[in-house]
Amino acid sequence: MDFTFEEQQVAFRDAVRKFLMVEAAPEMLREIWETESGRSRDLRAKLADQGITALSVPEEFGGIGLGDLDWVLINQELGYYAIPDSLSDTAYLAAWMLTRLPSDISLKKAWLPRIANGTARIALGHPVNPFVADAQLADLLLLWHNDEVHAVQRDQVKLSFNPSIEMSRRLYKVEWKPTDATRVAPARIGKDLWEGVLNRAALAVSAQQLGLAQRMLDLGIDHSAQRKQFGKPIGSFQAVKHQLADVAVKIEFAKPVVFRAAQALATNRPRAAVHVSHAKLAACEAAWLSARRSMQVHGAMGYTWEADLQMFMKRAWALDAAWGDRAYHKTRVAKFIFAEGAELGPGDTFN
Amino acid sequence: MRLEYTDRQQRFRQEVRDWLEQNVPKQPLRSFDTEEGFADHRAWEGKLAGGRWSAVTWPKEVGGRGCDLIEWLIFEEEYWRASAPLRVNQNGIFLLAPTLMEYGTDEQKQRFLPRMATGEDIWAQGWSEPGAGSDMAAIRCKAVRDGDHYVISGQKTWSTRAVWADWLFGLFRTDPDSVRHHGLTFILLPLNLPGITIRPVQQLNGQTGFAEIFFDEVRVPVHNRLADEGAGWQVAMATAGFERGLMLRSPGRFQQTAKSLVELYLRHQAHADADPSVRDAVMQSWMGAEAYALATYRTASRMAKGAQIGAEASTNKIFWSELDLLMHETAMRILGARAELMPHAPDAGDIGNWLDGFLFAQAGPIYAGTNEIQRNIIAERMLGLPRS
Repeated sequence: MDFTFEEQQVAFRDAVRKFLMVEAAPEMLREIWETESGRSRDLRAKLADQGITALSVPEEFGGIGLGDLDWVLINQELGYYAIPDSLSDTAYLAAWMLTRLPSDISLKKAWLPRIANGTARIALGHPVNPFVADAQLADLLLLWHNDEVHAVQRDQVKLSFNPSIEMSRRLYKVEWKPTDATRVAPARIGKDLWEGVLNRAALAVSAQQLGLAQRMLDLGIDHSAQRKQFGKPIGSFQAVKHQLADVAVKIEFAKPVVFRAAQALATNRPRAAVHVSHAKLAACEAAWLSARRSMQVHGAMGYTWEADLQMFMKRAWALDAAWGDRAYHKTRVAKFIFAEGAELGPGDTFN
Repeated sequence: MRLEYTDRQQRFRQEVRDWLEQNVPKQPLRSFDTEEGFADHRAWEGKLAGGRWSAVTWPKEVGGRGCDLIEWLIFEEEYWRASAPLRVNQNGIFLLAPTLMEYGTDEQKQRFLPRMATGEDIWAQGWSEPGAGSDMAAIRCKAVRDGDHYVISGQKTWSTRAVWADWLFGLFRTDPDSVRHHGLTFILLPLNLPGITIRPVQQLNGQTGFAEIFFDEVRVPVHNRLADEGAGWQVAMATAGFERGLMLRSPGRFQQTAKSLVELYLRHQAHADADPSVRDAVMQSWMGAEAYALATYRTASRMAKGAQIGAEASTNKIFWSELDLLMHETAMRILGARAELMPHAPDAGDIGNWLDGFLFAQAGPIYAGTNEIQRNIIAERMLGLPRS
């Protein structure tokens, strides 16, 4: 029993954190927002240099061959810095799925090395999401059709852009036609692959929400330590302190749930889906509370375009329903705990 | 990260489970906030000690098993799973003992720990005073040095089960000119000394849960002092950390309640679902208990690798006390119009002891440092916000 990360996992996370602190300052993110694609080639290339795009790609295809536990730490950082890029869709989820596709070596050979070196973008279309993120930039789309997996080129689909309040989200309705030629896995295999993708995607969102929650809390702390009223920093008032302390409690108790979900996926535990849904609910709740409370301690500044808080709040609000809204994940938890003979009590936590 | 029990840990769990199955009383004991119930629970502590289960984390020499924190968690899970009796000596075993092991002399450890383990000495806490509650540094109860004795005068209050307890540990002002957290000393004393008057305080459930203690020139030998004179605040803070943190409330307790709540809901589902928010509250309860367990295992793992628990102990206290309230409020809502009935009411049916738990849950956000104090600690020491 050891509920801590390996030293090298933490070291890699720290390196990524240091890198993003310099390369992803809020001013830079605002500039990227204003571009048409909403994405920065330069940032993507630098992320690849850090090794992030190669994380999940097997070594034989030029990657590092790591997995869910490594990604959960990296996704926290991507959330903390609100990286305007659906990086983990390609480098985590698509890499995971492509690696597990049956014997379709040509597809693997064609795409996995490009994921690793950061030159490919792959979008994922799953029915739990009405839209496909970053479809306009995707070199390849992996799309769900009756549990089958289809690999489709961008020129084979029709896209309509649906603007989001979150400026870095680029959401598209995708119209396309499944054919025998596009199918790369039949339903009997695809079902598990899509389930695996959905769980990892929901875990990735959970980890990003943890990072966002922490960032908004940090912004609230900074603001309330600097802003003075009645001759004192407002952070010295108990009413303000307690608003932020509640957020710290939420984050503290969402973290282990998210880490547990990552470990359950990494080791293929039978209850992994329940852990993921619990993680998503806990992390989204923490992020929304953090948004609300940080906004409150920011006062009117929190409602402005100028204050950075808005960038992180909007991301937190938007991700709440990504890869399964609360109803979806609550239903999965309910199915487990209200089942007859469910193992729910003390001593059952690690079953 | 490796979230599986070792073979050794699994064998340990089985050993605990087997012993509890054979030894946990079939009928629940009477409330330990009554004289007879207190005696029942003292006897149970003796029985636990007979199997060397009363203080599993302590060293073997003083009655424990030298268990690490993971084994302690396993023990606690099994203990709550078996619905074993509440621990009447928890103030001693879980709060004083870790402090005693850190600050006590060898002589003090030998003198106090084995008798604590067997329930021969049951300990009460003497911290709060009429003018010193959340503001514990306002303590006035004084201990004046007279040769090899301290002479104690003043008053303590809210001392849990002090009416029947044998010993008290508390903070006293040894330096009459000191202010706030300076000049305080941690002293251990038997409650039968001349000059001590104990007045029971009736709780809202009608039972004698706590007491006021009056000291009229009570003479206590100096060797009953824990750590140095004037170091009391620092020693007490260590105890407060244990209390808020891991030791006072292990997750097994809340997981057992959450499980019972799910079962209660399923038995009453037809009625309960008429209020759709009940189902959600039941789910939140289970998820909360699960999160608390995971957080505890994470903390235990980090401590095993040398980390210290700091202000995060305060997040624990807020989390479990609010979770306990949520679970019991939800149970009361499920039970509806029968929730108010005393368990012995003729038409009580299967209401169980939810009412008792509901009442006790009201105290959670208050004792062991109010949740407001915990939020101050989190804000100032964890988040670095300026002091008021």
